Amino acid sequence: MEVIKNLTVSNKLGIHARAAARIVELVKKHRSTLILAKDGKEADGSNILSILTLACPKGTEIKARAAGEDCEELIVKLFELFDSKFGEVS
Amino acid sequence: MTNTQLPEKKLLTGIPASPGIIIGKAHLVDRSRVKILYQYLINEDQINREVERFKKALCITESQLLQIKNRMPERMKDHSFILDSHIMIIHDSMLKDATVEKIRKEKINSEWALKKSFEEIKLLFDEVDDYYIRSRLTDVENVTERILRNLSGNNDTSLSQINGRVIIVAHDLSPADTTELNITRVMGFITDAGGRTSHTAIMAQALEIPAVVGLEQATKQIREGDLLIVDGNSGQVIFSPDEDDIIAYQEKQLRHEQYKSFIARTSHLPAVTLDGQRVYVMANIEFLEEVAAAKDYGADGIGLYRTEFLYLRSKGIPSEDDLFEDYREVAEIIAPMPVTIRTFDLGGDKFMAGLKTAREMNPALGLRAIRFCLKETKIFKSQLRAILRASTLGNVRLMFPMISGVQEVLDAKAILHEVMAEMEKEGIPFDHQIKTGIMIEVPSAVAMAEALAEQVDFFSVGTNDLIQYSLAIDRANELVAGMYQPFHPAILRMIRQVVSAAKGAGIEVSLCGEMAGDPLCTAALLALGINQLSMNARVIPLIKKIARTISSEDARDDLEKVMTLKTATEVRKHLLRTMSELLPELGEEGILDLSGGAR
Repeated sequence: MEVIKNLTVSNKLGIHARAAARIVELVKKHRSTLILAKDGKEADGSNILSILTLACPKGTEIKARAAGEDCEELIVKLFELFDSKFGEVS
Repeated sequence: MTNTQLPEKKLLTGIPASPGIIIGKAHLVDRSRVKILYQYLINEDQINREVERFKKALCITESQLLQIKNRMPERMKDHSFILDSHIMIIHDSMLKDATVEKIRKEKINSEWALKKSFEEIKLLFDEVDDYYIRSRLTDVENVTERILRNLSGNNDTSLSQINGRVIIVAHDLSPADTTELNITRVMGFITDAGGRTSHTAIMAQALEIPAVVGLEQATKQIREGDLLIVDGNSGQVIFSPDEDDIIAYQEKQLRHEQYKSFIARTSHLPAVTLDGQRVYVMANIEFLEEVAAAKDYGADGIGLYRTEFLYLRSKGIPSEDDLFEDYREVAEIIAPMPVTIRTFDLGGDKFMAGLKTAREMNPALGLRAIRFCLKETKIFKSQLRAILRASTLGNVRLMFPMISGVQEVLDAKAILHEVMAEMEKEGIPFDHQIKTGIMIEVPSAVAMAEALAEQVDFFSVGTNDLIQYSLAIDRANELVAGMYQPFHPAILRMIRQVVSAAKGAGIEVSLCGEMAGDPLCTAALLALGINQLSMNARVIPLIKKIARTISSEDARDDLEKVMTLKTATEVRKHLLRTMSELLPELGEEGILDLSGGAR
């Protein structure tokens, strides 16, 4: 099974160390895999350096692709994480 | 020739990472790079053992970091994510899997393989445009170093074991190292490496211990037990100081403490003179990140946002969207207070990444600022669009630097109107009434002030360049640097002329050079008719305090006397006397030093 969703980075700092760490945490809690894609470049969602070097400042459009048995839940949680601006207080 | 050799007093200057002043003994911590041995592995058996050895080192590294995280004091819990991300880096496939693969395929030892994996990761980071993300490579480096230390079995120099009140001197400290510091024992730290935005600096601020980084030579020059003075405000480190230094810094230390509590009490109150005249005390900033601090210090707005940084930090010219995001943030955070965005002052001595500029003999007089913009209109237009887009989201004002005459204003305004017309057509909203002003920093602009005032909504006097150009002094040239005199009577007369032109045309006038933040100048500037001052955020509370003790009438009387003086020395002496009478508790040194070297 596979789900694809488009997400926009809306937090002030973009996907920096803290946000990337939270994505990895989330993926580790699931059995599905996650690929984040931007401008044809892909990053492994379980891999903090890969996410960081994808370089996603505020406003970046990202395609998230989850595959596996709990992929729907993973995408929902991921959306919530983006939506909550990674818990960033501004 | 040499018989008795007293340790010679020396001074090092680095980057101030966390404020405060400390005097104490140096403790050198060997956190220098682990020496790597390169070895080939001969057989399958050796390879398997090497992979095991590597994995064991990872386990040890992880448990060390977990332990450090668990022992973190409560008030630092906010920053524990830094350690979480370090733990994730240990398990990152680019580091872990890639290294194991290299051990197996290339038949090399763990240290060598790990080093190679690090170099690959480094290449990836080097390609990233964003400065902050690029600088996160330091975190990968910290983790790699820790693993290497554990591979070598040399992990006994734990920082938590330190006894006695000391100042840590290290080549570099990772954020994890910083957390391990026992702050009841460690007074502060200084390092050879590091920058202002490193996680290590953030940690030091959270711990509220003074720190100076980027000293380059500290571990080479300072010996165990040397007496050190560390000034986390100015970035200066004195080793083997003499008695006078110690006394001077003990006083500074005391004043820093007093200043801190004074800021907490008064910074947010408006500055109003004794006779009820409001003085707007604003901040000069260079980065978006400084806005919050400016607000903390009680700024009445951002009087000067220098916009060069975004052009210097990225590899190419930043996009309009990048600029817009940055300006929008500043505007939104400071609103409803104003932010004056000055278009970029580049060219000349400043190197602009991605754009070739000719080498110039005399960059201060060269192709820079508005001159450069009027030539490179594409870059200029993109910045104007970004500023205009941000103008609807806060109280945004636009300012052109280095204007030398009316023609430049007309040309810059023509381009601005072109951009506005384009945006109008595209249906992009912007503030049609955006206040547009110019810097007065070239002597010819002073002479033409009346004509210029008809063209713009405000003036901002940039005294640093105005002094340099008027007195023909290159501050970087030490042969003449001493002749750079802010109190030169000519400068005061020029300011008066600018103010009178502005008042005549009914436009606003502010002042944003170093003079604005000089406690000696406040009264004279108010008397000259300037009630908007923009300065380094750290001196705002002090200038507000001074403004509250001034009566406009007295200041005007005093200015009359000042204007009769013929030399800079006389002017300075006079102002010093006036200030000491106004605020006797500050005293001569106090006035100049209370702000902890913030100028």
